Amino acid sequence: MNGEWRKSSLGGALERQFGIPVLILTISSLGILSIYSASQDVSHSLGWAPLYLKQVVWVLIGGLAFLAMSAYDYHRLSRYAYVLYVLSLLLLVVVFLEGRSTRGAQRWLAIGSFSFQPSEIAKVTLVIMLARYFSTQSSKGMVNRLIIPGVLMFPGFLLILLQPDLGTAITYLFVFLTIVLFVGPWTRGLTIGVLGILMVLPFLWKRLSTPLRGYQKERILAFLDPTSDPMGKGYQALQSKIAIGSGQLSGQGLYGATQSQLQFLPDGYTDFAFSAFAEQWGFLGVIVLLFLYYLLFMTMIGVGERARDSSGVILVIGITAILGFCLMVNIGMTVGLLPIVGIPLPLMSYGGTTMVMTFAVLGLLLNVKRRRLFS
Amino acid sequence: MESVANQSENLRRIQRRLIVLRLSVVVVLAILLIRVWYIQIVKGEEYAVLSEQNRVRMVYLKPPRGLIYDRHHNLLANNIPSFNLYVVLSDVDDRQRLREDLSELIGVSVDDVRVAMEKHHTPRLPLKLKEGLTLKEAAAIESSLAQLPGVVIQAETERSYPQGTVAAHIIGYVGEVSAKGLKEEQFQNLVPGSAVGKYGVELEYDRIVRGRVGQKTIEVDARGHEQRAIQIQEPIPGDDLYLTIDLPLQRLAEDLLGDSAGVVVALDPRNGDVLVLASHPTFDPNTLARGLTVSQWNQIRHDPKKPMTNRATQGQYPPGSVFKLVVAAAGLESGSISRSTPVDCRGQFAIGDRVFKDWKKGGHGLVTLHEGLVHSCDIYFYTLGQQLGIDQIAHYAVQLGLGHRTGIDLPAENSGIVPSREWKERALGKPWYPGETISVAIGQGFVTVTPLQMASLIGTIANNGVQYQPRVVRQLKKRQDGTLVDIAPSRSETVQLQQETLTALHEALRDVVVSGTGRRAQSRGITISGKTGTAQVVSLDNVESEDDVPHALRDHAWFVAYAPSDDPKIAVSVIVEHMGHGGAIAAPIARAIIDEYFQPDRVVMVP
Repeated sequence: MNGEWRKSSLGGALERQFGIPVLILTISSLGILSIYSASQDVSHSLGWAPLYLKQVVWVLIGGLAFLAMSAYDYHRLSRYAYVLYVLSLLLLVVVFLEGRSTRGAQRWLAIGSFSFQPSEIAKVTLVIMLARYFSTQSSKGMVNRLIIPGVLMFPGFLLILLQPDLGTAITYLFVFLTIVLFVGPWTRGLTIGVLGILMVLPFLWKRLSTPLRGYQKERILAFLDPTSDPMGKGYQALQSKIAIGSGQLSGQGLYGATQSQLQFLPDGYTDFAFSAFAEQWGFLGVIVLLFLYYLLFMTMIGVGERARDSSGVILVIGITAILGFCLMVNIGMTVGLLPIVGIPLPLMSYGGTTMVMTFAVLGLLLNVKRRRLFS
Repeated sequence: MESVANQSENLRRIQRRLIVLRLSVVVVLAILLIRVWYIQIVKGEEYAVLSEQNRVRMVYLKPPRGLIYDRHHNLLANNIPSFNLYVVLSDVDDRQRLREDLSELIGVSVDDVRVAMEKHHTPRLPLKLKEGLTLKEAAAIESSLAQLPGVVIQAETERSYPQGTVAAHIIGYVGEVSAKGLKEEQFQNLVPGSAVGKYGVELEYDRIVRGRVGQKTIEVDARGHEQRAIQIQEPIPGDDLYLTIDLPLQRLAEDLLGDSAGVVVALDPRNGDVLVLASHPTFDPNTLARGLTVSQWNQIRHDPKKPMTNRATQGQYPPGSVFKLVVAAAGLESGSISRSTPVDCRGQFAIGDRVFKDWKKGGHGLVTLHEGLVHSCDIYFYTLGQQLGIDQIAHYAVQLGLGHRTGIDLPAENSGIVPSREWKERALGKPWYPGETISVAIGQGFVTVTPLQMASLIGTIANNGVQYQPRVVRQLKKRQDGTLVDIAPSRSETVQLQQETLTALHEALRDVVVSGTGRRAQSRGITISGKTGTAQVVSLDNVESEDDVPHALRDHAWFVAYAPSDDPKIAVSVIVEHMGHGGAIAAPIARAIIDEYFQPDRVVMVP
């Protein structure tokens, strides 16, 4: 049934044509172009090279991670799943204890001049750990399907929340719930229902929180995520919408996108990369970009549908959930549908750890695909 | 374990469900696409207008810096309102006309404004054209604002230092953060034009005093003038500081120094509170905070009198005879001598083929440690120094706080030098010569100290060997809730002196003032203990009279003291540059400070 669906769709045809590597290189190239345009004013001010060149370097490093992760049999990785998970928890503890404070929250670990966010790594090791757990766990009881994995997941969630990093903590929880939903003995109806609620819930944030006054809402968010500056957010949200809106049908072009260039759109190269892109390329550009993402996700899910064992398919579900959720929350916030939390747009936003981790998980996904072919 | 069939059934079941994942992706992307369509196509026109005219602006609201007070709550650093003139160049059509209009209204130079405009590369961000408009100027601008597109007057604050040059080295001053500085991590929440500490407490405590920048989102009309505020995030003012400085005492010290270059440091030996830290010549922080031209700045920087140097923490002088206290402590602590070990002083001391002379021709006769200190007999300490050797002297000097920074909360403190064999090998690549130990034994040669270290040293001896890290800030006042937070004094653990050593030093220091070289420090009301010193600038063996020596080569006068002798509450060190003997010049200054401090009905509030 799935095979037929795939063949009949345009996506199926295109995805055979391009494949994962071409898609991710195309999207990240658009990202680099966007950063090039959006960061013209600040690029000279940040260290050894303009931001877009740094991003090129991150993409290259990501490419290496991609190759490495796709070459190494994921079954062997799966053998160390628990060790990897515990290690990443330890990293989170280290961050919690002495992490470098950036804008009030402790998320970064520095090794020499290199710093990274262990919470990004924890998301991935969680997926690997759950893939391992569910592929060896045959019992269908509630305890084995929900409670035990929940207990395994919880310390990571708590540590990320305490950093405090609300965005990543929610992503982490979302990934967990998605996997549990798909592997569980629940009926398809329940799966659809719960997943639907999970997806709609963030969009309902504004409605649900109306009894709270605006500033109370902001305070709750600010409490959970001090990197966000509470009042500045309204400004960001407005500027983001102005940037996207002024792109209109065909965009302001690479050099005409004043909103993002002139720093009226703060963080036009990180969290608001999509706004800068939309201003530069307009609605037509957005259609192309979202279609590229569509192809990417369909290809990824296709790999899952043809995986040979359940650990493979769970990896695919987890990776799709990570990237999909980040995409949803990030673009949702730039278009004013979701509250502003600092979650980057996969493959587009500037940032080393995210870029490398995204490439790495996609490499892992390709790995699942290759094991199917070669075995 | 499940059967293979079961397992593959399980796998297929999960895989069948992936259609749900596909649908979810499609739904999410569709929702996002529809929303973008709404923003870009339906509302696109509106947003494009907003973007084009950039009707929405963000204005930074600079926080007032925290105020700085002395220990009696006299105001040392204040904020005064200042009207500043800004222009947003993207709103200006005819720049030349604007320059002429402004020149007519408030008398700014057309050329200066042109240069400033040409240098400003972010036309949509405000450019500051003039600070501190008078009320008349502000009114003139406001009334013709309709003809001045892009012009904005902002009410901001400016730092002012009501005490002028007094305590300038402690308080410091502020300046605009540089474009380069803005990129540094420590300044990440600042905006162009923000004031940051450049010197003194203003620099050391900048993060506390600085506050947090607020923002105002405004909608502007076509001329760039504010129509309404969309959102305001108020700036958070910085926290206030209460210094340990005693302003009236500080003023007295500076008056006593007068035109001479020199330093007075007074501290409370029981907690390290710095009461006075006067360094002359000084500067006016008000002129520096207002911003200097390059030539003015160069003039100050290259001034041979070095007014910008805080001599108390950065000046490194030979300690002269004050260092005999350290050598005496080393002798007693190491057991090399006892209090009664005599030395026969005949006015000369030979080592190899070099002859060292005592300051007193003919010598002091038979002296013990007590007389050696009281009359500052050089021969006694040559003999003791030779016996101890340089490394033992260095060991005790470091223990007493010399040769390393005291850790005072002021920037760029110097450490002075405590020479040793190892030091000379490292610093100069040469071996140590025995003759050099002889010089060090009386505080000459390689050894240098800061006046603050001297105050801390005498304070430590006064406080029975218990040393506190000197500090200039004792309290913070949190602006958010008005609470006062005490900063606890911090005790240093390096000093270990036996009671007998302390007693010997205390008795000798008292007699220095009663009958020795420091008699000019005698006070009627209070018992003072102290030690004189003379720091040689150059060796003056062949000079008959002081008057023959050019001023710049004359010796520096030292005096260190504490009082009351039996229950010390204040420790003072004084150095006056090129003023010869410590007993004559420096001792009276120390006495005057101590007298004033213990004046029962002295006025601590300064009008």
